[in-house]
Amino acid sequence: MIEFLQHVINALILGSTYALLGIGLTLIFGIMRVVNFAHGELYAFGAYCVYLVSVLMGLNFFFSILVAILAGCLLGALIEVILLRPMRNADIDTTMLVMIGAMIVMQNGEQYIWGGVAKSVNTPFPEAPFVIGPFSVSSLSLFVFFAALLLIGVAYFLINRTKLGKAMRATFQDRDTASLMGINIQRIYMATFAIGSSLAAAAGALLGPVYVVSPLMGNIASLKAFAIVILGGLGSIGGATIGGFMLAFAEEIGAGYISSGYRDAMGFLIIIAVLLVKPTGLFARSERIG
Amino acid sequence: MTRLFPWVALAVFASIPLWLHDPYLLNAFITTGIFIIAAMSLNLLLGYTGQLSLGHVAFFGIGAYTSALTSLGFDVELIGGLRVVHEPWPVWTGLVLGTLVAGLCGYIVGKLSFRVRGAYFVIVTISFAEVVRLVALNWVELTQGPLALTSIPPMTLGLPGLGYFDFYSKQSYFYLVLAIVVISYVIIRRLVYSRVGRAMVALKENESLAVSVGIDVTRYLVLAAVVSAGIAGAAGSLYAHYLKIIDPDVFLFLYTITMVIMVITGGKGTLAGPIVGGLIFGFIPVVARSFAAPEVQWILYGLFMILIVFVLPQGIVPAVENLFTARSKAEFPASPKAKIQDAP
Amino acid sequence: MNAAQPIAARPALSIEHIAVHFGGLVAIADMNFVVNEGEVVSLIGPNGAGKTTAFNIITGFLRPSQGEVRYRGTPLTHLKPHQVAELGLVRTFQRTSVFQSVSVFENVMIGLHRRGRSRLWDTLLALPRERESENDLRAKAHEILEFVGIERRANELAGSLAYGEQRLLGVALALAAEPSMLLLDEPVSGMNATETARFMQLLGRLRKLGVTILLVEHDMPMVMGVSDRIVVLNYGRIIAEGPPAAIQGNPEVIRAYLGQGARKRAGD
Repeated sequence: MIEFLQHVINALILGSTYALLGIGLTLIFGIMRVVNFAHGELYAFGAYCVYLVSVLMGLNFFFSILVAILAGCLLGALIEVILLRPMRNADIDTTMLVMIGAMIVMQNGEQYIWGGVAKSVNTPFPEAPFVIGPFSVSSLSLFVFFAALLLIGVAYFLINRTKLGKAMRATFQDRDTASLMGINIQRIYMATFAIGSSLAAAAGALLGPVYVVSPLMGNIASLKAFAIVILGGLGSIGGATIGGFMLAFAEEIGAGYISSGYRDAMGFLIIIAVLLVKPTGLFARSERIG
Repeated sequence: MTRLFPWVALAVFASIPLWLHDPYLLNAFITTGIFIIAAMSLNLLLGYTGQLSLGHVAFFGIGAYTSALTSLGFDVELIGGLRVVHEPWPVWTGLVLGTLVAGLCGYIVGKLSFRVRGAYFVIVTISFAEVVRLVALNWVELTQGPLALTSIPPMTLGLPGLGYFDFYSKQSYFYLVLAIVVISYVIIRRLVYSRVGRAMVALKENESLAVSVGIDVTRYLVLAAVVSAGIAGAAGSLYAHYLKIIDPDVFLFLYTITMVIMVITGGKGTLAGPIVGGLIFGFIPVVARSFAAPEVQWILYGLFMILIVFVLPQGIVPAVENLFTARSKAEFPASPKAKIQDAP
Repeated sequence: MNAAQPIAARPALSIEHIAVHFGGLVAIADMNFVVNEGEVVSLIGPNGAGKTTAFNIITGFLRPSQGEVRYRGTPLTHLKPHQVAELGLVRTFQRTSVFQSVSVFENVMIGLHRRGRSRLWDTLLALPRERESENDLRAKAHEILEFVGIERRANELAGSLAYGEQRLLGVALALAAEPSMLLLDEPVSGMNATETARFMQLLGRLRKLGVTILLVEHDMPMVMGVSDRIVVLNYGRIIAEGPPAAIQGNPEVIRAYLGQGARKRAGD
């Protein structure tokens, strides 16, 4: 029982960052109908930003996370303008190919610049974990958890309470009508991709120091983000949040009770199972398959 | 003219071992040929049925592992203490079994995943490949995991009493690969120029209209998946017995991407496309390796992929055909002049 | 060509208590009607009356919330669209009615799918049966194009045809599937007067072949000209049914439909 609760605690911490990753991807798909294969690379990009700023440049750790988020936002906007804007009327498979190209370039670019050896990031947090009764949580993990929750909150606020968010939701509902009502679709798309990318970068910036930073981390992150989003239903933000926690939970339980080698398989098994049983995801209101 | 072209190309390729003795280049031709087979099989799904399957490497890897294990033998304990022992079989049975097992997996995956379309289909196929990769990595008793299956015997053909032939030299393996390329080409060509191929093109173009004239969509999608997976499995088997070592990295997403790049560069939905694209991307590493690290090569691949989609979305073969105007349209299976009798 | 009832009316298609709800919205409420063998029946009604929905139900593209559709006694509501087509019940579509990027001839070849006799092995091994089957299909395709009157366009891309000819190709495609009953969804919309007249002749030749026809159409002169009977839908309900003359005089129909049409016509 205690072991199980420890897994739950771990899953909550991991799930908070997964949710960030998933929200970013689902925003992009829901509003732009783009399956963003480069999402995991933006996650890795965030982690490398933290490594660059806090380790190589020796600046403040918290500052480096902020840099990662902003840089992710900028890089996202850039990708949108250069690669996606000219593809606006292409079908979903074509943009998918473009994003796969971007993924390959980014992943191998990271490998070229930073080398294949994984980097670790030191943080200002003490090594010794918090111990509450039989449970232990490292202070870094706690920080990651609360920072991720804060960012999820910010994303919710942005989407539900701001003018930009309102325009984004309108575009999600019906792009043509939104455009008729005077919403600048070009700007909304750029903002969407930038926000989605910065959320991915934030997830990488937070998780990078927990594990290690390596060029291949984006690979698996992309696929996990897909799992989260499919679990919650493509385009559903609440679904992505819950989906993130569910995937983390499944991974923790899978790794703890089945075999740690199959930890990463949980996501894919979930994808396959969900799509075969309920293709629209567990939490989506009747969303069309696109 | 256009009808002669495949024969001319075949003659040129068949002559290569006669004048090319550089083992490095011959090696490049062999591995390129293997990837061309895989790309041709992917093209059947991607180009003719219009389904972007991004888990194709799974069938390649399943073919490789099945074939290697058939010829090496194994001894594993399944859940419940059930012990399965397999003594090594002749190597050619590995090629056959690799093809069949991959085809069977294609059937299962097709049956399940064609219930969804578009982005969902893509993600299911990727997930399938990743699950298979993780199994290959973790089922150490069967696959040796990351330690790789080693000492895989070379391909042998023959029957008891009739004698055997070892494909040990690069020259002989080149001809073996070429033969499988030709067989795969003929199978795919006959399919796409037939009623089956028309059904596939129909459901790629307009699924509702296709079913309204009585075409059973799922049936033809699954058929395409089975044939495609089987051919990819044969390619995987050739790969395993050529390299004589196979590890879970054969399932990497990057290999699927390599096949996809070959198909879209050459021209999806054309017979010659995967061959042209395969030759280009098979030999880029040969040219680039002197001055570029592997990751730089990959960066070039990625940029090339984006460039092709932007500049030449139909691929090279259709673009060249358009240069020769509508006269040589016969390469398109959809063309009315398509004749089945000129299949080689 | 006026309302001559077949002597012994054998029902081909029967719609029994069909209802369709989308969420809380009633698209079709308790629809009942019969189309007899060899008859030409038109389904008319204002936009949104549920005509295309009815087509989708009959051909298996949509499942009804309740009720049953039978064709020659076989229940259809659990069949997939391709299985419905196999029973000889073939439809055309309002908009995307042809395979745009293949040739006209190849369109018909696709439509002839069900007629093909070659098995997978014949194809893979290039056995004689494959060639026989293909030759048969090619001959048949030419015959159909000639019947519809677009054989001169055989080698052109379907997408490059004029709109009216695309509609004809849509019918050719449906005919290729060897229907015993055709469901035509607004076949003459977008055609000019000459083309419409040609199309009406084509319908006449089709009925001589014994093909039963259910037609959804807005072109009233054409509907009145070709139909044996007319079924009028409004807000998902059948409000009238009968031969053209009776429908023209039915006050409820005039109020619901013809009145609206007349206003539109006057406005044109």
